[in-house]
Amino acid sequence: MSALEAVIGLEVHAQLATRTKLFCGCETRYGASPNTQVCPVCLGYPGALPVPNERALELAVRAGSALGCTIGRASRFDRKSYFYPDLPKGYQISQLDLPINEGGELRVGERTIGLERAHLEEDAAKSMHVGDQTRVDFNRGGVPLLEIVSKPELRSPAEAEAYLRELRLLLMTIGVNDGNLEEGSFRCDANVSLRPKGTEAFGERVEIKNVNSFRFVRLALEAEIARQKAVLGSGGVVLRETRGWDEGSQKTVPMRGKEAAADYRYFPDPDLPAITLEEARIEQWRAAMPELPAARRERWLAAGLTDYDVGVLGQHPAVAAYFDAVCAATTMRAKKVANFVQSDVLGHVTTDGLEASPPVPAEALGELLNLLAADTIHAQAAKQVLGLMAEEGIGAKALVEREGLAQETDAGAIEASVRAVLDAHPDQVAQYREGKTKMIGFFVGQVMKTSKGKANPKAVKEAAERLLNEPE
Amino acid sequence: MTLEEHIAAIVGGAKVRERAEAALASVGDDDLDAYLELDRERILADADALDARLARGEELPLAGAPIAIKDNLCQRGTRTTCGSRLLEEWVAPYDATVVERLREAGALLFGKTNLDEFAMGSSTENSAFGPTKNPKDPSRVPGGSSGGSAAAVGAGHCAASLGSDTGGSVRQPAAYCGVHALKPTYGRVSRFGLVAFASSLDQVAPFGATVDDVARIYDVIAGPDPRDATSAERAVESGVNALGGGVEGLRVGVVRPCLEQADAPVAAALADAAKRLESAGVQLKDIALEHLDLALSAYYLIAPAEAASNLARFDGARYGLRVEGDDLAETYRATRSRFGPEVIRRIVLGTYALSEGYADEAYVRASRARTALIRAFTSAFDSVDLLLLPTAPTVAFPLGERTGDPLAMYAADVFTVPASLAGLPASSSPVGDDGGLPIGAQLVGRPFEETTLLRAMEVLS
Repeated sequence: MSALEAVIGLEVHAQLATRTKLFCGCETRYGASPNTQVCPVCLGYPGALPVPNERALELAVRAGSALGCTIGRASRFDRKSYFYPDLPKGYQISQLDLPINEGGELRVGERTIGLERAHLEEDAAKSMHVGDQTRVDFNRGGVPLLEIVSKPELRSPAEAEAYLRELRLLLMTIGVNDGNLEEGSFRCDANVSLRPKGTEAFGERVEIKNVNSFRFVRLALEAEIARQKAVLGSGGVVLRETRGWDEGSQKTVPMRGKEAAADYRYFPDPDLPAITLEEARIEQWRAAMPELPAARRERWLAAGLTDYDVGVLGQHPAVAAYFDAVCAATTMRAKKVANFVQSDVLGHVTTDGLEASPPVPAEALGELLNLLAADTIHAQAAKQVLGLMAEEGIGAKALVEREGLAQETDAGAIEASVRAVLDAHPDQVAQYREGKTKMIGFFVGQVMKTSKGKANPKAVKEAAERLLNEPE
Repeated sequence: MTLEEHIAAIVGGAKVRERAEAALASVGDDDLDAYLELDRERILADADALDARLARGEELPLAGAPIAIKDNLCQRGTRTTCGSRLLEEWVAPYDATVVERLREAGALLFGKTNLDEFAMGSSTENSAFGPTKNPKDPSRVPGGSSGGSAAAVGAGHCAASLGSDTGGSVRQPAAYCGVHALKPTYGRVSRFGLVAFASSLDQVAPFGATVDDVARIYDVIAGPDPRDATSAERAVESGVNALGGGVEGLRVGVVRPCLEQADAPVAAALADAAKRLESAGVQLKDIALEHLDLALSAYYLIAPAEAASNLARFDGARYGLRVEGDDLAETYRATRSRFGPEVIRRIVLGTYALSEGYADEAYVRASRARTALIRAFTSAFDSVDLLLLPTAPTVAFPLGERTGDPLAMYAADVFTVPASLAGLPASSSPVGDDGGLPIGAQLVGRPFEETTLLRAMEVLS
């Protein structure tokens, strides 16, 4: 058998970061008590009617613009019908023929992955199985989703994982999605099939549903590809089916499903007029779009950051924004700010959805970095001051003064301190002069001790070397 | 009692309560079964509250007039059954926008009126709670689906009423009961709180004993509503203010093929009506509207398709009737088997019309026919301002005559569905009778030109 290649397509359901639902005024907040964020509209009561959420349209268009989609000037909502308790109207409002975003692409490393579409739809409610009962929480029902469908252009599980990470970061950066996988704000279904390398036709595909982490998507795809290879290798046929990821056995397993192909009886939703987006409105929304990760990357590289720095600082949009704010608040070079933030600040930053909580505000950190840049304090002292700032909420200058941490920079005073140490340790001086130049660290340490850390270590080292190398 | 008379009486010092008691007494005198709910205690309490509002000097355009509401419109705290077992005990938790507007204007919400189940029917015989009778002849149907609301006004119980018109459900019963009705342009009146039958066709509409009464209710209920995305964002020209404007110079197209299709007495009454318009200054013109023959079949695919979807929510899970089965699918089946035969017929028809393999021949083709019909209307309105045709091909038929023959029943809508499919404003006015059974003339106007219709209705009355 010739070598097989994997053909992978991903469907991502990204929750749009709106305050209210897609067709009513109920809140979308996660974690509220069941059925407290509901109304006649999202419960499908008789006589209730959907009214589109303008903000959801804006976020959908924003995502479409960032993904290079063609924005539908006249798109439409359709009804997708099926009976299930989590679907209160007996249909889901989605988009079939005329999605709000068509086409588009996403850059993943060196490859560009094409997109089919990114359309709007409402989320279903959540079924919870309690004993032999099924209970339904309608808080999630009607929450706005953007379904982003890739073309089957991904070729490996690792690439699929990278695509998801890239997509999530992009949507978070433009404020469209909070990236919260645990809360289900960013969900993924994967389609995978195999075909002989170099051929065009697609093999029978399997859909893997409900995989709740990027790593599991990769593992599930790896397991599924291995399974399909084994099936084909033993002369079998891959069946078109839906499978789930079983973490325990690290395998994909068939999901209970209908035998017959589902007929969703799509038709245009007569409660919702076509969405017509005038150029002016789209332009206004585009103008409000935050900087995209690719542009930010270019800007940061030009400012002297490394690829590694960009990766670390750009991993969360609020962290990136914080870094930019710190740079704006200090005279320190961006690269040095990046080093400081990565080594001393990031460890103390917590993130929650699109929010990040740094230990001190950007302006306060800028003040501290200015002191460091001006050599008023040294790096060790900066670390100590940062801790105190976070604890006490007091500014860097005030703390440096209070703690007496300003560096001794007067050359005469430093030389005097060094001379005092050399005089007090004649044996060590002799060893140094016999060639044990590593002893320099000892002298610097002694001076730092007597100066209570205030002396500039670099100046101390220079003075000590000069004095030790002076002819006696 | 007309709305005009009621208002005059209140201005003259009468109490809303006295009027309400008289109205309730008048209902007690007949066996028309126009109401599914008539809550005497609640009505009298509301009447007292209205008297208090009037005593405080509140400006109430409807002055506590008793207005009956079709039972597919939500009225907060009141059962809204839609004539169905599935909603028999369902109490609406909110007011429809039109109900809210009536309350604000000082209407006394009178009773909830009978209808064909979920507004599907042309005789009110499809109500799960028994038929309403025609006030002119209790052995005959009042028409439908808003038969209860038409009969309530026809019998003089209340000053006016609200119905809903999807394919003629207000115009046809108005014709059968000898009252006036105006179905506004699609989008002119909010559908929020109207339990949906076919969302692209449904429109709330008033019945009145006079054109003036219809105009007064229209003025209260028309206008944009942020809770209905299909409601039109445009200002409403007052119907009442337009009355008395006459029809001098208007061009009216008489849809000749419809007159030929109608029973002879209906055609004769229409010819008289046309003459009356002519003598009032109208320029008449015979017109043959293209694609009219497609309307009924297109309607009976599009409306059931939307209905099948709209009625999917009645699954027993959250509200209304729930009949337990052994598992989920059985519960759905057992609950939904309580729909009446006509509703089930339309759900099945509509489901087919949207199913893979059938949709192109059914729903999609019907939608194309609808588009063609809309174009035909648009081009007709290049040369005329209004169209005149019968509301229904016959007068009210005897109870039970067509219940076993759905196609004969559907034929009662043949002249009303075209304007529904095109979303156009259309009215029905009593213009004669056949042995005491009223005959209605239908006028159809350009989108949002309700005031033109009202002026012509006035001349016909």
